[in-house]
Amino acid sequence: MKPGHGEVLIAEGDVELPQDEQRLVAEFRRQLDEGLWAAVPLAHEDGHREAVMVRSFTEIPRDAERVIFFPRAAGG
Amino acid sequence: MVLALSVSALVALALLSDILAPRVSELWARHRARRRIVSQPVLDPGRERRAEQTARELLRSCVGEEDWAMYRELGFIRVWGSQATARSGGVEYAYLIYPHRPIIAYAPQTGRLIGEYCVEFPDDTRPYGSSRLPDSDDVLAKWMALTGDERGLLGTANMHMPGRQVDAAQVARDLWRLSRWEQARMRGIAATLDASSQQPRA
Repeated sequence: MKPGHGEVLIAEGDVELPQDEQRLVAEFRRQLDEGLWAAVPLAHEDGHREAVMVRSFTEIPRDAERVIFFPRAAGG
Repeated sequence: MVLALSVSALVALALLSDILAPRVSELWARHRARRRIVSQPVLDPGRERRAEQTARELLRSCVGEEDWAMYRELGFIRVWGSQATARSGGVEYAYLIYPHRPIIAYAPQTGRLIGEYCVEFPDDTRPYGSSRLPDSDDVLAKWMALTGDERGLLGTANMHMPGRQVDAAQVARDLWRLSRWEQARMRGIAATLDASSQQPRA
């Protein structure tokens, strides 16, 4: 998420492919190093929706379709 | 005689230079500043609108159809609190998420307002001169942080008494609108089920 832009695609790939996975891991780390938060939106079979906050690449569910990065929260 | 006048002039010039030099320097700097071409960001009035459109699509894909319809029609999303107690037998509190306004905590059974959680998601890189996310991205960021790490988000937020930034009467009206909206939605679902059950079977 970016001000003035909305959603921006940062990287995409298949985690089952080693080259893609390395690239995705590197990009994931870069985003977190820049201070962003990462979340994975989930849709359960009963229709319930929620997000999971992830702090490392291994926390991302293997079947996750996407990870959304957004600025850290601050007290307003 | 000429020599004496020249020396006097030089001394006077030297003394005046202390006074005049900063002023001359300032005038020269102003002159250069006026001539300098300042590169300004290209004004694109459609950028914010396009960004919001993109953000709305992302929000819709994450929160699901019901919450999306709630946001589209009412302007906010309700998120249930994760802490249920045995005493209530259900959810004791819920939140209303508005774009770029505090998160409102309230008791669903009574409609009593509990507090305002003031939180924002500033992008310090200010890629387009603004640190504000599009409205729908702000709602999505709050939704993800609330459903993913409720305690963490509330720990970051500044909590205030109800009515500090968001008019309590307006929130009460929004809760009334929400209940009406949910009733209408339930009636619509019931009517659809009823109609499908009455269809003749082949």
